[in-house]
Amino acid sequence: MSETFTLSINGIQVTARKGQTLLEVARKHGIDIPTICYHPATQSNGLCRMCVVEVEGMRLLQPACVVPAQAEMKVRTDSPRVHRARKTILEMLASTADLSEAPEIQRMMQAYQADPSRFPEAEPRHIPPIDDNPMYVREYSKCILCWRCVQICAEDAQYTYAINFSGRGYHTRIDTFYGLPMTATTCVFCGQCVGVCPTDALEPKSEYLLEQGKYPFPFR
Amino acid sequence: MSDIASLIHPYLSHGRSGLLPALQAVQAEYGWISQEQAAEIARLLHVPLAEVHGVIEFYDLLHNKPRKKRTLHVCTDAACSLRGADQRLRDLSADPTLAVKTDPGEELQVEPSPCLGLCDHAPAMVLENGWEWRILGSNGEWMDRPLSLVGGTVRRITVRCGNGRTSLSAYGGYRAWNRAQQLSPQQVIDEVKASGLFGRGGAAFPTGLKWESAARAEGWPKYVVCNADESEPGTFKDRLLLADDPHLVLEGMRIAAYAVGASKGYIYLRGEYAYLRPILEQALREAQEAGLLDGFEVEIRMGAGAYICGEETALFESIEGKRGFPRIKPPFPTTHGLFNKPTVINNVETLANVPFIIEHGAAAYRELGSEKSPGSKLFCLSGDVAQPGIYEAPFGITLKELLEMAGGMAEGGSPQAILLGGAAGAFATPRHLDIRLTYEDLRQASLTLGSGVVMVFDQRRDLRQVLLKIGRFFAHESCGKCYPCQMGTRRQAEILERLASGRLLPGDRERLEDVGWTMSDASLCGLGQTAAMAVLSAIKEWPELFTPS
Repeated sequence: MSETFTLSINGIQVTARKGQTLLEVARKHGIDIPTICYHPATQSNGLCRMCVVEVEGMRLLQPACVVPAQAEMKVRTDSPRVHRARKTILEMLASTADLSEAPEIQRMMQAYQADPSRFPEAEPRHIPPIDDNPMYVREYSKCILCWRCVQICAEDAQYTYAINFSGRGYHTRIDTFYGLPMTATTCVFCGQCVGVCPTDALEPKSEYLLEQGKYPFPFR
Repeated sequence: MSDIASLIHPYLSHGRSGLLPALQAVQAEYGWISQEQAAEIARLLHVPLAEVHGVIEFYDLLHNKPRKKRTLHVCTDAACSLRGADQRLRDLSADPTLAVKTDPGEELQVEPSPCLGLCDHAPAMVLENGWEWRILGSNGEWMDRPLSLVGGTVRRITVRCGNGRTSLSAYGGYRAWNRAQQLSPQQVIDEVKASGLFGRGGAAFPTGLKWESAARAEGWPKYVVCNADESEPGTFKDRLLLADDPHLVLEGMRIAAYAVGASKGYIYLRGEYAYLRPILEQALREAQEAGLLDGFEVEIRMGAGAYICGEETALFESIEGKRGFPRIKPPFPTTHGLFNKPTVINNVETLANVPFIIEHGAAAYRELGSEKSPGSKLFCLSGDVAQPGIYEAPFGITLKELLEMAGGMAEGGSPQAILLGGAAGAFATPRHLDIRLTYEDLRQASLTLGSGVVMVFDQRRDLRQVLLKIGRFFAHESCGKCYPCQMGTRRQAEILERLASGRLLPGDRERLEDVGWTMSDASLCGLGQTAAMAVLSAIKEWPELFTPS
């Protein structure tokens, strides 16, 4: 048996095993902590910061997806600071990316009473769709930079390294080597990136065509 | 051997870690990096193509599109814009020959730059031509190295600065290193701990504790990294030390390596400080030839235009040949640093304090400064002071005394605001003039010393324009990794655009506060955590500025 200990989350004593993250412990005990970039199949990088919680004795909010649970920790998942951070992150996301096909994020926005038009005159990340292969379409206006596709394409699963980043900061986007069409890259069209995309920024070509009222199944 | 292979030959054995030097070598030759060249570098260094692209795209000074070979970098950051930098950029963009003679047909790229670390030469300009970089001095002359004004009430770590002699014979040998070798590594660490030396890069972490932790960490090899990626707007003290007294910094590194048991060291020099590289290389050669670095190999690495790489873990990523994304801490560098090995990373000025401590002892070191902030500090005075420059003074000096040292206000103005700590710092006001500049006094006043920036704005200045410069700076420099900073720096800059042009919307102040506190509370690294500090301090000091008209 591995070492177990107790800590407190929102005043409730819970048991944890050494090596578990705060997120794992909370979810196991039915305590909700929202996440966006987190995916069990990819390495957690603490990007979205939606899972931040307040830990007594620590100056900054802590990302629950990567912070290990420790004995005697006192954690709050619902403090005003936590709430402000999550609500503001959601409002900024809504001003940045097209979330129309991200139902999970839309539900979070309702739960946190986040105002999708909180930031007037904000410049969204508008990027024209890229339709350059028979398997999937890339609509990066919907991309929220969760990195899952880049990671699954690399060490987290496929070791294909077809995609990485362009730009920096707000203008970061997922891109191929020198922006080449996907068919000119090392992509093996395994489809795992499409599978882990949370916002339909990567969408199967046939689904994309059906949505546009086109018939994607020609008889050859 | 292909042309690319011969160009990047020295880095082939480095693998992935050779990626930045390889890209820099090809670019120095051709002015940019083509798809074919990038693919060849990828193949030779065994790096996936898409990742090579990702690295080029991350750094401002690397280019994957054709461009003119020479670039004139015009600083348009806060201190330089006070001296007409924005107009100068417009003029030069229209006609570069106003600053640089060009041969017929030869063209020049003119680009705005974040703070170039030449605030004492404002408005600053640097000409990039492959590996060769030159500075335009305030007298209109091109210089291979910056001339610096050094003043202050003490000359402890600047004792040899300003005399133009950087040779080993002028330095007079590594006396502190000789003394260190008579002590055990633990005794060296104990002396540094007793001195109370704090890191001078901005975070003010106790240096002795850092060393002790790395010394005790398991893992081999261990590294000592000198963080010379000075890019906090308003900061130019490390530039002075490296240009005027490189051996002092090298001796500090040598002692650090002995204390923690490191066999390899890196100096990560800011890309825009490329003109300092020959000075450092010369010093390194002299020290090696004199046997002063036996058992300790030091390599110089150049940054490539990314403020975030001054963050210690982003700096490691950069040396490792990756995009400069900061890592999640813990684990900390002392146990999992460069190449995931135990690493001590210290700022240039921090290392420059070490030889005095070892040569003269902690007690002598503590003769200056306060109990909790011992020693002296280099203050970078810029903006509306009569004599911008580096001033060395003991901790505990007041802002007023510092301003007097710099000849008082320029053109008889009176101070309206003083930005302490740089863009990542906070605004002080005239009521803070008598505050003692120590870590403890400033913390109590919700201010920060940061890297030692004291940027002064007189009563004529429109602080809204200053805030806009700060907002644009962070929006440009955010790495984009974590959401609060990636989007927050952009949203903050957009609202500051409205503020500066008098178009504030109802609710903008609350937006700035929500974005600011979200970045401060929830960002992954120090960049995001401090990106709103100046704005939040301005809201506190001058709430009337943030009321929609």
